[in-house]
This record gives sequence, structure tokens and C-alpha cells, in this order.
Amino acid sequence: MPVTEKTVVISNPQGLHARPAELFARLALQFDSEIEVIRESHRVDAKSILHVLTLGATQGTELTLQAHGDDAEAALEALARLVESDFATDETMSQESSG
Amino acid sequence: MKFVDFVSRDAIRTSIDVDDKEQVIRSMASALLEAGKIVEDEHEGIVEAILKREELGSTGIGRGVAVPHTKHPSVSELIGTVAVSEVGVDFDSLDGEKVHLLFLLVSPPDRPGDHLRALENISRQLRDETFCRFLKQSKTPSDVWQLLEEADNNQFV
Repeated sequence: MPVTEKTVVISNPQGLHARPAELFARLALQFDSEIEVIRESHRVDAKSILHVLTLGATQGTELTLQAHGDDAEAALEALARLVESDFATDETMSQESSG
Repeated sequence: MKFVDFVSRDAIRTSIDVDDKEQVIRSMASALLEAGKIVEDEHEGIVEAILKREELGSTGIGRGVAVPHTKHPSVSELIGTVAVSEVGVDFDSLDGEKVHLLFLLVSPPDRPGDHLRALENISRQLRDETFCRFLKQSKTPSDVWQLLEEADNNQFV
């Protein structure tokens, strides 16, 4: 099965800190595909907050998302949308302040 | 950023015997107070802010580790401490595991980069299973400090 790939850029001034990393991993877990996030040569499991945090992705960092599996395309579309929306979910829209 | 750059040695606690999230956070903040890293007047405000942050989503990041944190204007640099719980704390972690190792961070609001680098360091080091296991087995604060120093010297990863 081919690997699906998408590139995203972190726009949040705070970077990919704990809360966005949690939202990201939580969303990734909803898909069956294997999903990885790549920053330069550093490749991690998208479904683990611990792994995602090791990216240390500050504002402006470019990340490549790769997925492998039946729902790979849907997964990458959803994850890219989350990043592009600056991690704005219904929950976070109202409570933005405390990192 | 290294552990010794932000972990307050005097505020490290092992043998934490409470299993409740709020009590653990409270006792870690008290340890920072006792170590002179935060002032008495701000203690309760910092605890409340950390608890409020937990309401947004657990900071349990998996593998029995949690990173409760907040930004707070009363600190001028990133400060942190470590606690080890043998019994484990129910933290609503994504992976459902109880938390045995906690890194509590308080950072100045205008220094998001330092906070991110501390998180990056903690998570990168804890990916090493040996380091993670040794830390959880630490019996005294000086055991913890020694392991942190060894990790800083890249003895694990």
C-alpha cells in the first residue's frame, strides 16, 4: 500500500506544546493507519504525545506527515486541518490562555 | 535545554504518598515554595492555574509520565521540579496508565520557547526506557538528581 504524505507548518506562536501535541495524538489515534511525523531526519509516532513533543516544533517549523493504511488519506487530511486551524477545536476556542 | 537548567534540586520529592491528581500537584508546588523558588503569596495562584490547565486536557503524556504546568507572571525564569510516586496517580492519561513520574513546570508568560525546549528535553530523554525505569525506581531526591545529571551528559540517549 502506498504511503500518503502531507506537509504542514506550525503557525502557533507557542509552538507544538503539550496541549496541541495531545490534540494531535488524540486525533491520530482515531485512525487505523500507521502515522508518522517527520522533522528533518527525526521521525516519530503521531499517536504518542511523548513522541510528538520530542519534535520541539516551534512556530514556523515544517513537519511532514506520513500515513500508511486504509484510512491514510482521511487521517492526513484531518491532522493537517487541525494543524492549519492552529489547533482550534471547539474546546480550545473558548479557553486559549494557559498553555 | 538540560534538566539541571530548570529542575530545582531542593524541590525534588520521592515517596509521594498521595494518589490524587490535585494533591500531587499541590505537594509539588509546596516543594517549590519550600525550596524558595516561588513565593508564598503566589503559591495558591500557581496551584489553581496548573489545575485549570489540567481541566483543558490531561498533561499525562504516556509511559507513566505527566508534565503539569502553567505560565505565571511571578516567575522570571522557567522553574521545575520532579516527583516520583510509587503507588501511581490517576491522571486521565491518553494511554490510561497511572502516572509514576511527574515534571512540574512554571514558566514566565513571555518565554514560550524555553517551555517548549524543556518539554522537548523531558520527552526525548524519557523515550529511553532505561532512564524512565530508573527514575521511577528512585528512592531519594539525590537518586533522581544523579539520573538527571547523567541524562544531561547524554548517558542514556
